[in-house]
Amino acid sequence: MSETREKLFKGAAFLVEDLTADDIITPEDFTEEQKMIAKTTEDFIVGEVLPKVEQLEKQEFEHSVALLKKAGELGLLGADVPEEYGGLGLDKISSALITEKFSLAGGFSITHGAHVGIGSLPIVFFGNDNQKKQYLPKLATGELIAAYALTESSSGSDALGAKTTAVLNEAGTHYILNGEKQFITNSAFADVFIVYGKIDGEHFSTFIVERDYPGVSTGPEEKKMGIKSSSTRTLILDNAEIPAENLLGEKGRGHIIAFNILNVGRYKLGIGAVGGAKRALELAINYANERKQFGTSISIFSLTKEKLATMASKIYANESAAYRTVGLMEQRMGVLSAEQLKDGREVAAAIAEYQIECSMNKYMATEMLDYTVDEAVQIHGGNGFIQEYEVERIYRDSRINRIFEGTNEINRLLVPGTILKKAMKGELPLLQKAKTLQEEMIMKMPEEVGDGILEQEKYLLRNAKKLVLFAAGLAAQKYMQRIEKEQEVLVNIADMVSEVYNIESAILRTEKAINNTGEEKNKQKILYTMVYVQEAFNRMEADAKEILITIEKGDTLRMLLSSLRKLTRHTPTNVVAKKREIAAKLIEKEEYVL
Amino acid sequence: MKIYVLLKRTFDTEEKISVVNGQIDEDSAEFIINPYDEYAVEEAIQQRDAHGGEVTVVTIGNEDSEKQLRTALAIGADKAVLINTEEDLDDGDQFTTAKILEAFFDGKDVDLILAGNVAIDEASGQVGPRIADLLGIPYVTTITSLKIDGTAVNIEKDVEGDVEVIETTLPLLVTCQQGLNEPRYPSLPGIMKAKKKPLEEIYLDDLDLGEDDIEAKTKTIDIFLPPEKAGGRVLEGDVKDQVKELVSLLKNDAKVM
Repeated sequence: MSETREKLFKGAAFLVEDLTADDIITPEDFTEEQKMIAKTTEDFIVGEVLPKVEQLEKQEFEHSVALLKKAGELGLLGADVPEEYGGLGLDKISSALITEKFSLAGGFSITHGAHVGIGSLPIVFFGNDNQKKQYLPKLATGELIAAYALTESSSGSDALGAKTTAVLNEAGTHYILNGEKQFITNSAFADVFIVYGKIDGEHFSTFIVERDYPGVSTGPEEKKMGIKSSSTRTLILDNAEIPAENLLGEKGRGHIIAFNILNVGRYKLGIGAVGGAKRALELAINYANERKQFGTSISIFSLTKEKLATMASKIYANESAAYRTVGLMEQRMGVLSAEQLKDGREVAAAIAEYQIECSMNKYMATEMLDYTVDEAVQIHGGNGFIQEYEVERIYRDSRINRIFEGTNEINRLLVPGTILKKAMKGELPLLQKAKTLQEEMIMKMPEEVGDGILEQEKYLLRNAKKLVLFAAGLAAQKYMQRIEKEQEVLVNIADMVSEVYNIESAILRTEKAINNTGEEKNKQKILYTMVYVQEAFNRMEADAKEILITIEKGDTLRMLLSSLRKLTRHTPTNVVAKKREIAAKLIEKEEYVL
Repeated sequence: MKIYVLLKRTFDTEEKISVVNGQIDEDSAEFIINPYDEYAVEEAIQQRDAHGGEVTVVTIGNEDSEKQLRTALAIGADKAVLINTEEDLDDGDQFTTAKILEAFFDGKDVDLILAGNVAIDEASGQVGPRIADLLGIPYVTTITSLKIDGTAVNIEKDVEGDVEVIETTLPLLVTCQQGLNEPRYPSLPGIMKAKKKPLEEIYLDDLDLGEDDIEAKTKTIDIFLPPEKAGGRVLEGDVKDQVKELVSLLKNDAKVM
């Protein structure tokens, strides 16, 4: 992973930099070990977990616990735990591949994700040596199972509004916690909870709470729409006695932990969504091939093909973007010294650099998943509504992804907010770029597009970046500080930025693959890219237009719209024809194929 | 104990086979360790763990086969040998494979050789017995149990659903049948360790073999897919009529009577 010519990119730098194919890490770059790790995970899920899905969905949690321990024996719980604390200390790509493959298991993947991710990582990143020694080796094997307790009934995204309190007892030996945490994954069987509360009602802090401590209990199991295989209860802290040494990180610094853990939770959800979508697509193709109407498989019909191809090209772009983000983190960690890597805070900081990318991956991929499962059900017709069919469960399981780890709305709002902050701090030369663009737009004639492979897509990407600068620049000028209140505009900007990221990830990945193995072997990737870029660009154009209409009117608006037309001028790709080509291969191979 | 496993890289059982220009299309296909060879690898590891010694996995193929060897190392084998025939061999058959492995085993101290019962691609089941014959050691095929005590060996062998119990001695070659054991998944620590285990690559030259010594004894005339299965038919009416219709169909349609 550590080629010498690697450049290090700052978060969101893609908006202002011109990247080349070698700048990003793609799924085609996975090493043999990483592929073997993915294979072991998939074999474990298919061989051990899927046969138990029925019991898991009935919430027979003894199976969840047993399966987690089995996963632990194979090393599937220790990827992110350093070796010196009994884990494997694997690279982030291996860890992401484990997440992707676990997604096949539906609700059980949430059990796993909560344990290895938000449950264990606070200790990995922010624990002191004693805490790490005490908990991590057992978390890595599954001897202990972890959960994460941040949300309360009155504080979700507004985490700092938590009402849970902590008071140090007179002897100074224990914090006494009072409060109730809501929607706690793994709560039926977790041994260790990462709990947030305010010391003396004001210093937001984090605690490691064991189930057996006095005053700790859980409420009844929630009846959920989906991910039924996972356990969700409240965590009740009634004068709970937490040893003082179980304060995690510093007093009053709990928000730092919460912020960093959310980043991980988000990009991992993006990865998991990609895995889930691949499964939904596979089920849809298989069903379309088997299902006969009017004397033929319904996969013959071009409307079915259109659905399959759209699903696949969306998966491709989101997969490219999600692994690109992991690659960025990996590159950043690659330059850390061994000493720095031992300090979990450094690792967390390397991840946090890409908080914008994490948020984008989260909402883009989870919405791609929802789209994919919805179409997969549609292709199944009435059978898709029947529980006998796997796609019915996948459909229900998908919905929560747009809600937890920060709703997609919150994540969208974070994107322009964080970008503007970076621009103000001088970390991103956005304002300079926007100025250059304004001059350029007055002077220059539209550029000619070559007809070489991906030329059109690269042209659209260049213009897509300009489109963001143009629309976001205007909005920023217009509203200045008040832009925070213009959430509709902010969300449009977020969508445009994330489409740029997805478009660019798909183009660069395809280009890298062509550079390595030639055009012939990468036809499908080229098709996915052409379709995705065209459709994403159309969406961006609509977003930009809406921003202009929102902020200006009359002659100014007409002038701006004419500038917009200049930026979006191109001869569109015939996506219908390309989708038929994509679908032909999908139908032949009966899976998401590259 | 010196234990060797003969391993073959085969198509993934999930792959859809398509024939292009008279050849099986390997483009974008996934490959795996032949599933029966997985039983052999698992058994080798269990026997080594019980009796000590060393497990070496051997395959004939090209650089792509390294992946399956690494997987076997990740599962727990100690060493791997790739006999790379990419440059020197266009076509081979079971005779070719057996001759190459005979040369490979020449001068080696061998206690136990394990192979799969058959490979799922060509399914000849010949390579194991042929090698045993060339090496002059006993062999037992389709084993479902293997107990070793010193040099005495007690084997249960699957004979079309029945069990045959056989006593024999080391050195020995066996081919492994489903039911012998439950192959383990390569664990993540195993995968990380496999990187550092020795994987030796040798060529036909190293074995003093010329093309003539190993020239295939068979020729592949044609490769084609089985004809697509036509849908079944359910006969209706009372039983007498059904029988009549069936007889008529067998006579006139299927022309088997």
